[in-house]
Amino acid sequence: MVQERTLPQFQAPPAQISPEQGLVLYEDMILGRFFEDKCAEMYYRGKMFGFVHLYNGQEAVSSGVIKSLRSDDYVCSTYRDHVHALSAGVPAKNVMAELFGKETGCSKGRGGSMHLFSSEHNLLGGFAFIGEGIPVALGAAFQSRYRRDALGDTSADQVTACFFGDGTSNNGQFFECLNMAALWKLPILFVVENNKWAIGMAHERATSQPEIYKKASVFGMPGIEVDGMDVMAVRAVAQEAIARARAGEGPTLIECLTYRFRGHSLADPDELRSKAEKEAWLARDPIKRFEAYLVEHNLAEEGTLKEVRDRIQTTIDDALTFAEDSPEPSPDDLYKYIFAED
Amino acid sequence: MAETLLFNALREAIDEEMGRDDTVFVLGEDVGVYGGSYKVTKDLYNKYGELRVLDTPIAENSFTGMAVGAAMTGLRPIIEGMNMGFLLLAFNQIANNAGMLRYTSGGNYKIPMVIRGPGGVGRQLGAEHSQRLEAYFQAVPGLKIVACSTPYNAKGLLKAAIRDDNPVLFFEHVLLYNLKEDLPNHEYVVPLDKAEIVRSGKDVTILTYSRMRHHVTQAVKGLEKKGIDPEVIDLISLKPLDFDTIGQSIKKTHRVIIVEECMKTGGIGAEIIASINDRYFDELDAPVVRLSSQDIPTPYNGKLETLTIVQPKQIEAAVENMVALKV
Ligand SMILES: Cc1ncc(C[n+]2csc(CCOP(=O)(O)OP(=O)(O)O)c2C)c(N)n1
Ligand SMILES: [Mg+2]
Repeated sequence: MVQERTLPQFQAPPAQISPEQGLVLYEDMILGRFFEDKCAEMYYRGKMFGFVHLYNGQEAVSSGVIKSLRSDDYVCSTYRDHVHALSAGVPAKNVMAELFGKETGCSKGRGGSMHLFSSEHNLLGGFAFIGEGIPVALGAAFQSRYRRDALGDTSADQVTACFFGDGTSNNGQFFECLNMAALWKLPILFVVENNKWAIGMAHERATSQPEIYKKASVFGMPGIEVDGMDVMAVRAVAQEAIARARAGEGPTLIECLTYRFRGHSLADPDELRSKAEKEAWLARDPIKRFEAYLVEHNLAEEGTLKEVRDRIQTTIDDALTFAEDSPEPSPDDLYKYIFAED
Repeated sequence: MAETLLFNALREAIDEEMGRDDTVFVLGEDVGVYGGSYKVTKDLYNKYGELRVLDTPIAENSFTGMAVGAAMTGLRPIIEGMNMGFLLLAFNQIANNAGMLRYTSGGNYKIPMVIRGPGGVGRQLGAEHSQRLEAYFQAVPGLKIVACSTPYNAKGLLKAAIRDDNPVLFFEHVLLYNLKEDLPNHEYVVPLDKAEIVRSGKDVTILTYSRMRHHVTQAVKGLEKKGIDPEVIDLISLKPLDFDTIGQSIKKTHRVIIVEECMKTGGIGAEIIASINDRYFDELDAPVVRLSSQDIPTPYNGKLETLTIVQPKQIEAAVENMVALKV
């Protein structure tokens, strides 16, 4: 096992969060976790197909960043996109229906697990090829700047959050887009979810500089390392970056140190990662940790948290029923959506 | 009427559309301060500013993806490929995101963007700068592919492409930028999906596009002297193909020759022949003949380059042959 990186310490005053905000974050993380657990169950029961990449363990990143955004901001994800979609506000039933290939899915059953989209929620995708979402996110950020500075629309201060993995940070699109974002001061957050692995490729074996946040400096961009298992820490870093972006001060690279609790996808036997490594990270479960934080700081009682869990369990059960009961796309619509006029 | 060079016709189209719709913007390598490598965006930077005529770093795949993101969120980007061949580096963004994303998203997003620039075999530019990417891209669902060939259609088609809500690959030809033509003073738009009947005739249908249209026109002069009356159709839209126009012509002439600059294997003509066999086999009096470039990297040497692409004399001979076999 490679020497673990020392995690950055975070000391934000607890007063930074209200009980309501705390519960929003908690609910979002629970939603993500329960949703993914249900997906695993459905996949192994043969109800869900294709490559399905779950997000268990990384919830603090999605909730910490996306819940700090406004509803008119943009979110751009990867193939590991269910939970980003949920945090962005896409209803669980429409995400679940998509995974069942149903017409009521957020991509009308045409996309599947790796291609979740919702224009209503400014979710730009769902991109199945690594790295290809980064330029698209850059385009959304460029659009905000264009509206503000070329069209004089002072209300155009939307920020784009772009998520991707450690392995993806070795792809050219990452570097090309960091360059352009810094060059044009675009309102974008590059959020790297460094979960130490790119399928079976350990991060240290793939990159000459494992500390990804340091790569920002050559572009003259702030690069920040954050404990990605601590939603409060992620949130604090995200809020600062979002404020900078909104104020026209440009992009930020945020490296969240995190871990996926399951294999790369549900088809991955997950044989390479050591038991010790897995256990060490499981002990840092971001949800358990945040529960303890909320209780310790008198922001919520255990009873309230249980209520949240029960409510979300019902949401997931309803989403499943909705997905199962929904119709499949009509064969007559096979050619629909190829062109804008369809 | 004003005599206009083709590159200026394109420039007028962009200028007019940028004036008409402030969500239209241009991006690419050297499009701004430098004015474009073929001067298609000359002075537009001064007129519209650096965000609307955006000089990008040399990062084809990423700036193409950026245009996709901008199009998804309501802008109408026009990408200039400094040379269309460079867009091989943007193949992923063009295929996966420009082409397929609308479908994959179940109609959540539309992608109104134009990707334009010079393609084709120029004058001894070497293999990499002499590519005909239309053939490589034709299999990508969701893309429209258009090739202009005269100042008139270049201007009208580009305006239509900019207004279209779909991704349009718009091919210009390096050797046609200095063609001259009197253009109307009034505004006009040429529909993207209509082939152009360059010359009506009854003996044989010649399907062609881009620069080869002019090779065909030259061949026709010789054929006319020999009393042969070909119908010449400039395809304009390479995808989707205008089978109304093509079909009507086949029903009249019953003979087809395709003249193209792309390579024979997997070319535009290959697809047309397959489709003609599907749709109009019973109308044909002879197998469709296809004159294409050789299946080789375009050589630098001038003589070899000439041998690589179809020449007017070959077109003339092929038409004569086909007509001579007429019963
Ligand atoms: C262009 C491309 N190459 C390869 C793949 C196959 N692939 C899917 S995910 C992945 C690893 C990505 O790892 P990372 O960026 O760290 O993200 P993670 O899966 O850990 O979230 C690979 C190689 C792909 N989807 N796209
Ligand atoms: Mg990873």
